[in-house]
Amino acid sequence: MAIEGADVIRAAALLGAGISMGLGAIGPGVGEGFAAGKACEAIGKNPREAGLLTRTMLVGQAVSESTGIYSLVVALLLIFVV
Amino acid sequence: MLEIKAVSYFAAGICIGAGAIGAAVGEGYAAGMANESLSASPDQSGNILKTMLVGQAIAESAGIFALVVAMLLIFVDFGLTGASGMAALLGAGLAMGLAAVGSGVGSGFPAGAACKSIGARPKLSGQLTTNMLIGSAICQTPTIFGLVVAFMLMFLKLGGGSTNPLAWPALLGAGLSMGLAAIGSGVGAGMPAGACCEGIGRQPQVAPQLTTNMLIGSAVCQTPAIFGMVISFMLMFIDFSGRPVHPTTAALLGAGLSVGLACIGPGVGNGLTAMEANRGIARQPEAYGQVTTTMLVGMSVAQSTAIYGFLISLILVFKGFEPSTSWAASAALLGAGLAMGFGGIGPGVGEGWTAAYTSRWVARNVEQSVLLTRTMLVGQAVAESTGIYSLIVALLLTLAV
Repeated sequence: MAIEGADVIRAAALLGAGISMGLGAIGPGVGEGFAAGKACEAIGKNPREAGLLTRTMLVGQAVSESTGIYSLVVALLLIFVV
Repeated sequence: MLEIKAVSYFAAGICIGAGAIGAAVGEGYAAGMANESLSASPDQSGNILKTMLVGQAIAESAGIFALVVAMLLIFVDFGLTGASGMAALLGAGLAMGLAAVGSGVGSGFPAGAACKSIGARPKLSGQLTTNMLIGSAICQTPTIFGLVVAFMLMFLKLGGGSTNPLAWPALLGAGLSMGLAAIGSGVGAGMPAGACCEGIGRQPQVAPQLTTNMLIGSAVCQTPAIFGMVISFMLMFIDFSGRPVHPTTAALLGAGLSVGLACIGPGVGNGLTAMEANRGIARQPEAYGQVTTTMLVGMSVAQSTAIYGFLISLILVFKGFEPSTSWAASAALLGAGLAMGFGGIGPGVGEGWTAAYTSRWVARNVEQSVLLTRTMLVGQAVAESTGIYSLIVALLLTLAV
Protein backbone atom coordinates (compact mmCIF):
# COMPACT_ATOMS: atom_id res chain seq x y z
CA MET A 1 0.00 0.00 0.00
CA ALA A 2 2.78 2.40 0.95
CA ILE A 3 4.68 1.65 -2.24
CA GLU A 4 1.59 2.22 -4.39
CA GLY A 5 0.85 5.46 -2.55
CA ALA A 6 4.33 6.81 -3.20
CA ASP A 7 3.99 5.82 -6.84
CA VAL A 8 0.75 7.78 -7.24
CA ILE A 9 2.35 10.85 -5.66
CA ARG A 10 5.39 10.64 -7.93
CA ALA A 11 3.10 10.20 -10.94
CA ALA A 12 1.02 13.22 -10.00
CA ALA A 13 4.12 15.34 -9.40
CA LEU A 14 5.56 14.42 -12.80
CA LEU A 15 2.22 15.08 -14.51
CA GLY A 16 2.01 18.40 -12.75
CA ALA A 17 5.53 19.23 -13.89
CA GLY A 18 4.54 18.49 -17.46
CA ILE A 19 1.41 20.63 -17.33
CA SER A 20 3.27 23.42 -15.55
CA MET A 21 5.95 23.74 -18.21
CA GLY A 22 3.64 22.94 -21.10
CA LEU A 23 1.07 25.60 -20.35
CA GLY A 24 3.70 27.98 -19.03
CA ALA A 25 5.50 28.00 -22.35
CA ILE A 26 2.50 29.40 -24.21
CA GLY A 27 2.50 32.92 -22.84
CA PRO A 28 6.16 33.88 -23.25
CA GLY A 29 6.10 32.42 -26.74
CA VAL A 30 3.22 34.61 -27.84
CA GLY A 31 4.31 37.71 -25.96
CA GLU A 32 7.97 37.64 -26.95
CA GLY A 33 7.03 36.93 -30.54
CA PHE A 34 4.79 39.97 -30.64
CA ALA A 35 7.55 42.09 -29.11
CA ALA A 36 10.07 40.85 -31.65
CA GLY A 37 7.73 41.51 -34.56
CA LYS A 38 7.06 45.03 -33.38
CA ALA A 39 10.81 45.57 -32.94
CA CYS A 40 11.43 44.55 -36.54
CA GLU A 41 8.70 46.90 -37.71
CA ALA A 42 10.22 49.68 -35.63
CA ILE A 43 13.69 49.07 -37.08
CA GLY A 44 12.20 49.04 -40.54
CA LYS A 45 10.79 52.50 -39.90
CA ASN A 46 13.92 53.81 -38.17
CA PRO A 47 17.02 51.76 -39.03
CA ARG A 48 19.39 54.24 -37.43
CA GLU A 49 18.06 53.41 -34.00
CA ALA A 50 18.53 49.67 -34.43
CA GLY A 51 20.78 49.36 -31.36
CA LEU A 52 18.34 51.08 -29.00
CA LEU A 53 15.37 49.19 -30.42
CA THR A 54 17.05 45.80 -30.13
CA ARG A 55 18.12 46.54 -26.56
CA THR A 56 14.59 47.55 -25.60
CA MET A 57 13.19 44.46 -27.27
CA LEU A 58 15.52 42.24 -25.23
CA VAL A 59 14.62 43.99 -21.97
CA GLY A 60 10.91 43.63 -22.68
CA GLN A 61 11.31 40.00 -23.69
CA ALA A 62 13.25 39.29 -20.52
CA VAL A 63 10.36 40.53 -18.39
CA SER A 64 7.93 38.44 -20.42
CA GLU A 65 10.20 35.42 -19.92
CA SER A 66 9.95 35.68 -16.16
CA THR A 67 6.67 33.81 -15.79
CA GLY A 68 8.03 31.10 -18.06
CA ILE A 69 10.96 30.78 -15.67
CA TYR A 70 8.54 30.45 -12.74
CA SER A 71 6.87 27.56 -14.55
CA LEU A 72 10.28 25.99 -15.19
CA VAL A 73 11.25 26.34 -11.53
CA VAL A 74 8.01 24.74 -10.35
CA ALA A 75 8.43 21.94 -12.90
CA LEU A 76 11.99 21.25 -11.76
CA LEU A 77 10.88 21.36 -8.12
CA LEU A 78 8.20 18.81 -8.85
CA ILE A 79 10.63 16.53 -10.71
CA PHE A 80 13.66 16.64 -8.42
CA VAL A 81 12.76 17.96 -5.01
CA VAL A 82 9.40 16.46 -4.08
CA MET B 1 -3.49 11.28 3.14
CA LEU B 2 -0.76 10.55 0.63
CA GLU B 3 -3.17 11.03 -2.27
CA ILE B 4 -3.81 14.59 -1.13
CA LYS B 5 -0.17 15.38 -1.85
CA ALA B 6 -0.55 13.89 -5.32
CA VAL B 7 -3.48 16.15 -6.16
CA SER B 8 -1.65 19.06 -4.56
CA TYR B 9 1.35 18.71 -6.89
CA PHE B 10 -0.89 18.33 -9.92
CA ALA B 11 -2.90 21.41 -8.92
CA ALA B 12 0.33 23.38 -8.46
CA GLY B 13 1.34 22.50 -12.01
CA ILE B 14 -1.98 23.70 -13.43
CA CYS B 15 -1.89 26.83 -11.29
CA ILE B 16 1.48 28.17 -12.42
CA GLY B 17 1.12 26.76 -15.93
CA ALA B 18 -2.10 28.60 -16.67
CA GLY B 19 -1.11 31.59 -14.55
CA ALA B 20 2.05 32.13 -16.56
CA ILE B 21 0.16 32.51 -19.82
CA GLY B 22 -1.63 35.79 -19.25
CA ALA B 23 1.16 37.80 -17.71
CA ALA B 24 3.64 36.82 -20.43
CA VAL B 25 1.27 37.71 -23.28
CA GLY B 26 0.43 41.07 -21.71
CA GLU B 27 4.07 41.91 -21.04
CA GLY B 28 5.09 40.96 -24.54
CA TYR B 29 2.37 43.17 -25.96
CA ALA B 30 3.61 46.08 -23.83
CA ALA B 31 7.20 45.47 -25.00
CA GLY B 32 6.10 45.48 -28.63
CA MET B 33 4.19 48.74 -28.28
CA ALA B 34 7.15 50.28 -26.45
CA ASN B 35 9.36 49.45 -29.40
CA GLU B 36 6.88 50.93 -31.85
CA SER B 37 6.87 54.11 -29.80
CA LEU B 38 10.67 54.16 -29.61
CA SER B 39 11.09 54.02 -33.36
CA ALA B 40 8.99 57.17 -33.71
CA SER B 41 10.62 59.00 -30.78
CA PRO B 42 14.04 57.54 -29.98
CA ASP B 43 14.98 60.53 -27.81
CA GLN B 44 12.28 59.54 -25.31
CA SER B 45 13.84 56.16 -24.69
CA GLY B 46 14.30 56.68 -20.93
CA ASN B 47 10.68 57.65 -20.38
CA ILE B 48 9.29 54.91 -22.60
CA LEU B 49 11.41 52.18 -21.03
CA LYS B 50 10.40 53.28 -17.55
CA THR B 51 6.71 53.24 -18.44
CA MET B 52 7.04 49.83 -20.09
CA LEU B 53 8.69 48.33 -17.00
CA VAL B 54 6.08 49.80 -14.61
CA GLY B 55 3.22 48.54 -16.76
CA GLN B 56 4.82 45.12 -17.10
CA ALA B 57 5.27 44.95 -13.33
CA ILE B 58 1.51 45.23 -12.81
CA ALA B 59 0.83 42.57 -15.44
CA GLU B 60 3.40 40.41 -13.63
CA SER B 61 1.47 40.58 -10.37
CA ALA B 62 -1.09 38.10 -11.69
CA GLY B 63 1.73 35.67 -12.41
CA ILE B 64 3.24 36.23 -8.96
CA PHE B 65 -0.07 35.41 -7.25
CA ALA B 66 -0.22 32.18 -9.26
CA LEU B 67 3.38 31.35 -8.25
CA VAL B 68 2.58 31.96 -4.57
CA VAL B 69 -0.44 29.66 -4.68
CA ALA B 70 1.58 27.01 -6.55
CA MET B 71 4.35 27.13 -3.93
CA LEU B 72 1.78 26.89 -1.13
CA LEU B 73 0.24 23.87 -2.85
CA ILE B 74 3.62 22.15 -3.14
CA PHE B 75 5.06 22.83 0.31
CA VAL B 76 2.24 23.38 2.80
CA ASP B 77 0.23 20.65 4.49
CA PHE B 78 -3.29 22.05 4.80
CA GLY B 79 -4.67 19.29 6.95
CA LEU B 80 -7.35 18.41 4.41
CA THR B 81 -8.47 14.85 3.88
CA GLY B 82 -10.48 12.71 1.56
CA ALA B 83 -12.14 13.47 -1.74
CA SER B 84 -13.31 16.87 -0.51
CA GLY B 85 -9.75 17.83 0.38
CA MET B 86 -8.47 16.75 -3.04
CA ALA B 87 -11.22 18.67 -4.79
CA ALA B 88 -10.53 21.76 -2.67
CA LEU B 89 -6.85 21.82 -3.64
CA LEU B 90 -7.57 21.17 -7.32
CA GLY B 91 -10.25 23.86 -7.24
CA ALA B 92 -7.78 26.28 -5.66
CA GLY B 93 -5.23 25.66 -8.41
CA LEU B 94 -7.85 26.13 -11.11
CA ALA B 95 -9.36 29.25 -9.53
CA MET B 96 -5.99 31.01 -9.25
CA GLY B 97 -4.41 29.77 -12.46
CA LEU B 98 -7.34 30.47 -14.76
CA ALA B 99 -8.13 33.86 -13.17
CA ALA B 100 -4.56 35.04 -13.75
CA VAL B 101 -4.88 34.44 -17.50
CA GLY B 102 -7.36 37.24 -18.12
CA SER B 103 -5.81 39.90 -15.93
CA GLY B 104 -2.33 39.34 -17.28
CA VAL B 105 -3.46 39.86 -20.87
CA GLY B 106 -5.72 42.77 -19.93
CA SER B 107 -3.02 44.66 -18.04
CA GLY B 108 -0.87 44.63 -21.16
CA PHE B 109 -3.25 46.94 -23.03
CA PRO B 110 -2.92 50.06 -20.84
CA ALA B 111 0.83 49.49 -20.53
CA GLY B 112 1.25 49.36 -24.30
CA ALA B 113 -1.00 52.34 -24.94
CA ALA B 114 0.79 54.41 -22.29
CA CYS B 115 4.17 53.65 -23.91
CA LYS B 116 2.87 54.77 -27.29
CA SER B 117 1.37 57.99 -25.96
CA ILE B 118 4.39 58.93 -23.84
CA GLY B 119 6.62 58.71 -26.88
CA ALA B 120 4.38 61.13 -28.74
CA ARG B 121 3.65 63.45 -25.80
CA PRO B 122 6.38 63.22 -23.17
CA LYS B 123 4.99 66.16 -21.20
CA LEU B 124 1.90 64.13 -20.28
CA SER B 125 3.92 61.32 -18.78
CA GLY B 126 2.70 61.92 -15.21
CA GLN B 127 -0.96 61.84 -16.19
CA LEU B 128 -0.50 58.89 -18.52
CA THR B 129 1.35 56.83 -15.92
CA THR B 130 -1.36 57.54 -13.33
CA ASN B 131 -4.07 56.53 -15.75
CA MET B 132 -2.19 53.38 -16.74
CA LEU B 133 -1.84 52.42 -13.06
CA ILE B 134 -5.55 52.98 -12.33
CA GLY B 135 -6.64 51.02 -15.39
CA SER B 136 -4.28 48.13 -14.73
CA ALA B 137 -5.31 47.97 -11.09
CA ILE B 138 -8.98 47.54 -12.03
CA CYS B 139 -7.85 44.87 -14.45
CA GLN B 140 -6.27 42.90 -11.59
CA THR B 141 -9.58 42.65 -9.70
CA PRO B 142 -10.63 39.27 -11.17
CA THR B 143 -7.23 37.85 -10.21
CA ILE B 144 -7.78 39.05 -6.65
CA PHE B 145 -11.18 37.31 -6.65
CA GLY B 146 -9.45 34.15 -7.83
CA LEU B 147 -6.81 34.49 -5.13
CA VAL B 148 -9.47 34.94 -2.43
CA VAL B 149 -11.39 31.84 -3.56
CA ALA B 150 -8.14 29.84 -3.80
CA PHE B 151 -7.14 30.82 -0.26
CA MET B 152 -10.60 29.96 1.06
CA LEU B 153 -10.46 26.54 -0.59
CA MET B 154 -6.98 25.86 0.77
CA PHE B 155 -7.24 27.20 4.30
CA LEU B 156 -10.88 26.90 5.37
CA LYS B 157 -11.92 23.36 5.97
CA LEU B 158 -14.96 23.49 3.73
CA GLY B 159 -17.49 20.95 2.62
CA GLY B 160 -18.33 19.50 6.00
CA GLY B 161 -15.32 17.21 6.10
CA SER B 162 -14.69 13.99 4.22
CA THR B 163 -17.96 12.44 5.36
CA ASN B 164 -20.00 14.54 2.96
CA PRO B 165 -20.01 12.81 -0.45
CA LEU B 166 -21.22 15.96 -2.20
CA ALA B 167 -18.31 18.05 -0.94
CA TRP B 168 -15.95 17.21 -3.81
CA PRO B 169 -18.13 18.30 -6.76
CA ALA B 170 -19.14 21.44 -4.86
CA LEU B 171 -15.55 22.52 -4.15
CA LEU B 172 -14.29 21.60 -7.62
CA GLY B 173 -17.23 23.45 -9.14
CA ALA B 174 -16.40 26.46 -6.98
CA GLY B 175 -12.86 26.56 -8.33
CA LEU B 176 -13.98 26.20 -11.96
CA SER B 177 -16.71 28.81 -11.54
CA MET B 178 -14.36 31.49 -10.24
CA GLY B 179 -11.40 30.70 -12.45
CA LEU B 180 -13.22 30.55 -15.76
CA ALA B 181 -15.49 33.54 -15.13
CA ALA B 182 -12.52 35.74 -14.27
CA ILE B 183 -10.83 35.23 -17.65
CA GLY B 184 -13.23 37.34 -19.71
CA SER B 185 -13.46 40.16 -17.18
CA GLY B 186 -9.70 40.40 -16.87
CA VAL B 187 -9.15 40.75 -20.61
CA GLY B 188 -12.16 43.00 -21.07
CA ALA B 189 -11.30 45.49 -18.32
CA GLY B 190 -7.93 46.15 -19.92
CA MET B 191 -9.31 47.31 -23.25
CA PRO B 192 -11.01 50.56 -22.12
CA ALA B 193 -7.95 51.30 -19.96
CA GLY B 194 -5.76 51.04 -23.05
CA ALA B 195 -8.10 53.22 -25.10
CA CYS B 196 -8.14 55.79 -22.30
CA CYS B 197 -4.34 56.09 -22.23
CA GLU B 198 -4.37 56.38 -26.02
CA GLY B 199 -7.08 59.06 -25.89
CA ILE B 200 -5.36 61.11 -23.22
CA GLY B 201 -2.24 61.14 -25.36
CA ARG B 202 -4.22 62.55 -28.27
CA GLN B 203 -6.56 64.92 -26.41
CA PRO B 204 -5.29 65.67 -22.92
CA GLN B 205 -8.01 68.28 -22.30
CA VAL B 206 -10.67 65.55 -22.45
CA ALA B 207 -8.87 63.48 -19.81
CA PRO B 208 -11.53 63.77 -17.05
CA GLN B 209 -14.33 62.49 -19.32
CA LEU B 210 -12.15 59.71 -20.68
CA THR B 211 -11.16 58.57 -17.21
CA THR B 212 -14.79 58.59 -16.01
CA ASN B 213 -15.87 56.59 -19.06
CA MET B 214 -13.02 54.14 -18.52
CA LEU B 215 -14.02 53.63 -14.89
CA ILE B 216 -17.67 53.03 -15.80
CA GLY B 217 -16.75 50.68 -18.62
CA SER B 218 -14.24 48.68 -16.58
CA ALA B 219 -16.64 48.41 -13.66
CA VAL B 220 -19.41 46.95 -15.83
CA CYS B 221 -16.82 44.56 -17.30
CA GLN B 222 -16.25 43.12 -13.83
CA THR B 223 -19.84 41.92 -13.55
CA PRO B 224 -19.30 38.47 -15.11
CA ALA B 225 -16.44 37.79 -12.67
CA ILE B 226 -18.79 38.72 -9.83
CA PHE B 227 -21.42 36.25 -11.09
CA GLY B 228 -18.70 33.60 -11.05
CA MET B 229 -17.68 34.54 -7.53
CA VAL B 230 -21.28 34.44 -6.22
CA ILE B 231 -21.81 30.89 -7.53
CA SER B 232 -18.38 29.96 -6.18
CA PHE B 233 -19.31 31.19 -2.69
CA MET B 234 -22.64 29.36 -2.85
CA LEU B 235 -20.91 26.12 -3.80
CA MET B 236 -18.36 26.54 -1.02
CA PHE B 237 -20.68 27.48 1.80
CA ILE B 238 -24.07 25.84 1.21
CA ASP B 239 -24.59 22.57 3.04
CA PHE B 240 -25.57 19.97 0.45
CA SER B 241 -25.60 17.03 2.84
CA GLY B 242 -29.32 16.22 2.58
CA ARG B 243 -29.32 15.78 -1.17
CA PRO B 244 -29.13 12.52 -3.15
CA VAL B 245 -25.54 11.85 -4.19
CA HIS B 246 -26.50 11.13 -7.80
CA PRO B 247 -27.43 13.22 -9.79
CA THR B 248 -26.54 16.15 -7.50
CA THR B 249 -22.82 15.45 -8.09
CA ALA B 250 -23.24 16.20 -11.78
CA ALA B 251 -25.51 19.16 -10.98
CA LEU B 252 -22.89 20.88 -8.85
CA LEU B 253 -20.13 20.33 -11.42
CA GLY B 254 -22.46 21.60 -14.13
CA ALA B 255 -23.23 24.69 -12.06
CA GLY B 256 -19.55 25.55 -11.89
CA LEU B 257 -19.07 25.07 -15.63
CA SER B 258 -22.22 26.93 -16.67
CA VAL B 259 -21.49 30.30 -15.09
CA GLY B 260 -17.73 29.94 -15.51
CA LEU B 261 -17.65 29.36 -19.25
CA ALA B 262 -20.64 31.59 -20.06
CA CYS B 263 -19.00 34.60 -18.43
CA ILE B 264 -15.92 34.51 -20.65
CA GLY B 265 -17.62 35.92 -23.75
CA PRO B 266 -19.54 38.83 -22.18
CA GLY B 267 -16.41 39.90 -20.29
CA VAL B 268 -14.46 40.27 -23.53
CA GLY B 269 -17.43 41.72 -25.41
CA ASN B 270 -18.07 44.36 -22.77
CA GLY B 271 -14.41 45.30 -22.95
CA LEU B 272 -14.58 45.78 -26.71
CA THR B 273 -17.63 48.04 -26.33
CA ALA B 274 -16.07 50.17 -23.62
CA MET B 275 -12.85 50.47 -25.61
CA GLU B 276 -14.55 51.80 -28.74
CA ALA B 277 -16.81 54.11 -26.72
CA ASN B 278 -13.71 55.58 -25.09
CA ARG B 279 -12.06 56.08 -28.49
CA GLY B 280 -15.23 57.77 -29.78
CA ILE B 281 -15.32 60.18 -26.85
CA ALA B 282 -11.65 61.05 -27.37
CA ARG B 283 -12.43 62.12 -30.90
CA GLN B 284 -15.77 63.80 -30.21
CA PRO B 285 -15.90 64.86 -26.57
CA GLU B 286 -19.18 66.72 -26.97
CA ALA B 287 -20.91 63.42 -27.75
CA TYR B 288 -19.99 62.06 -24.31
CA GLY B 289 -23.54 61.62 -22.98
CA GLN B 290 -24.95 59.87 -26.01
CA VAL B 291 -21.96 57.60 -26.45
CA THR B 292 -21.99 56.53 -22.81
CA THR B 293 -25.71 55.76 -23.01
CA THR B 294 -25.25 53.67 -26.16
CA MET B 295 -22.28 51.93 -24.56
CA LEU B 296 -24.27 50.98 -21.46
CA VAL B 297 -27.27 49.76 -23.50
CA GLY B 298 -25.01 47.67 -25.70
CA MET B 299 -23.08 46.29 -22.73
CA SER B 300 -26.22 45.22 -20.89
CA VAL B 301 -27.46 43.29 -23.92
CA ALA B 302 -24.05 41.64 -24.30
CA GLN B 303 -24.23 40.73 -20.61
CA SER B 304 -27.34 38.62 -21.23
CA THR B 305 -25.65 35.27 -21.84
CA ALA B 306 -23.66 35.69 -18.63
CA ILE B 307 -27.01 36.10 -16.86
CA TYR B 308 -28.37 32.97 -18.54
CA GLY B 309 -25.29 31.07 -17.38
CA PHE B 310 -25.82 32.41 -13.87
CA LEU B 311 -29.49 31.41 -14.01
CA ILE B 312 -28.73 27.83 -15.08
CA SER B 313 -26.11 27.62 -12.33
CA LEU B 314 -28.64 28.80 -9.74
CA ILE B 315 -31.17 26.21 -10.92
CA LEU B 316 -28.55 23.45 -10.78
CA VAL B 317 -27.46 24.48 -7.28
CA PHE B 318 -30.88 24.94 -5.71
CA LYS B 319 -33.23 22.50 -7.42
CA GLY B 320 -33.83 19.32 -5.52
CA PHE B 321 -33.38 16.44 -7.93
CA GLU B 322 -34.91 12.98 -7.60
CA PRO B 323 -32.36 10.42 -6.54
CA SER B 324 -31.24 8.48 -9.59
CA THR B 325 -28.16 6.38 -10.18
CA SER B 326 -28.59 6.23 -13.95
CA TRP B 327 -25.81 7.70 -16.06
CA ALA B 328 -28.42 9.49 -18.18
CA ALA B 329 -29.71 11.65 -15.35
CA SER B 330 -26.21 12.79 -14.34
CA ALA B 331 -25.09 13.29 -17.94
CA ALA B 332 -28.13 15.48 -18.59
CA LEU B 333 -27.21 17.88 -15.81
CA LEU B 334 -23.53 18.03 -16.75
CA GLY B 335 -24.61 18.54 -20.36
CA ALA B 336 -26.86 21.40 -19.30
CA GLY B 337 -23.90 23.12 -17.69
CA LEU B 338 -21.74 22.64 -20.78
CA ALA B 339 -24.53 23.72 -23.14
CA MET B 340 -25.13 27.03 -21.42
CA GLY B 341 -21.48 27.48 -20.58
CA PHE B 342 -20.05 27.19 -24.07
CA GLY B 343 -23.18 28.73 -25.57
CA GLY B 344 -22.63 31.93 -23.66
CA ILE B 345 -19.21 32.65 -25.12
CA GLY B 346 -20.04 33.49 -28.74
CA PRO B 347 -23.01 35.83 -28.33
CA GLY B 348 -21.16 37.69 -25.58
CA VAL B 349 -18.22 38.51 -27.84
CA GLY B 350 -20.34 39.14 -30.93
CA GLU B 351 -22.86 41.44 -29.28
CA GLY B 352 -20.04 43.31 -27.64
CA TRP B 353 -18.43 43.79 -31.04
CA THR B 354 -21.73 45.12 -32.43
CA ALA B 355 -22.07 47.59 -29.58
CA ALA B 356 -18.42 48.60 -30.06
CA TYR B 357 -18.89 49.66 -33.66
CA THR B 358 -22.17 51.36 -32.80
CA SER B 359 -20.60 53.38 -29.99
CA ARG B 360 -17.79 54.47 -32.28
CA TRP B 361 -20.22 55.72 -34.94
CA VAL B 362 -22.67 57.34 -32.53
CA ALA B 363 -19.74 59.55 -31.52
CA ARG B 364 -19.31 60.75 -35.09
CA ASN B 365 -22.99 60.90 -35.94
CA VAL B 366 -24.91 61.88 -32.83
CA GLU B 367 -28.08 62.85 -34.72
CA GLN B 368 -28.35 59.30 -36.05
CA SER B 369 -28.04 57.78 -32.60
CA VAL B 370 -31.65 56.51 -32.47
CA LEU B 371 -31.30 54.77 -35.85
CA LEU B 372 -27.91 53.35 -34.89
CA THR B 373 -29.12 52.09 -31.52
CA ARG B 374 -32.18 50.46 -33.08
CA THR B 375 -30.03 48.69 -35.68
CA MET B 376 -27.62 47.63 -32.95
CA LEU B 377 -30.43 46.07 -30.91
CA VAL B 378 -31.83 44.22 -33.93
CA GLY B 379 -28.38 42.93 -34.82
CA GLN B 380 -27.66 41.90 -31.25
CA ALA B 381 -30.99 40.11 -31.04
CA VAL B 382 -30.07 37.95 -34.04
CA ALA B 383 -26.63 37.26 -32.54
CA GLU B 384 -28.40 36.25 -29.33
CA SER B 385 -30.26 33.48 -31.09
CA THR B 386 -27.80 30.68 -30.47
CA GLY B 387 -27.50 31.85 -26.87
CA ILE B 388 -31.25 31.39 -26.54
CA TYR B 389 -31.07 27.92 -28.13
CA SER B 390 -28.37 27.01 -25.57
CA LEU B 391 -30.58 28.29 -22.76
CA ILE B 392 -33.53 26.26 -24.03
CA VAL B 393 -31.47 23.10 -24.35
CA ALA B 394 -29.97 23.65 -20.89
CA LEU B 395 -33.43 24.16 -19.38
CA LEU B 396 -34.73 21.04 -21.16
CA LEU B 397 -31.82 18.99 -19.86
CA THR B 398 -32.27 20.32 -16.34
CA LEU B 399 -36.02 20.29 -15.95
CA ALA B 400 -37.56 17.94 -18.47
CA VAL B 401 -35.25 14.92 -18.43
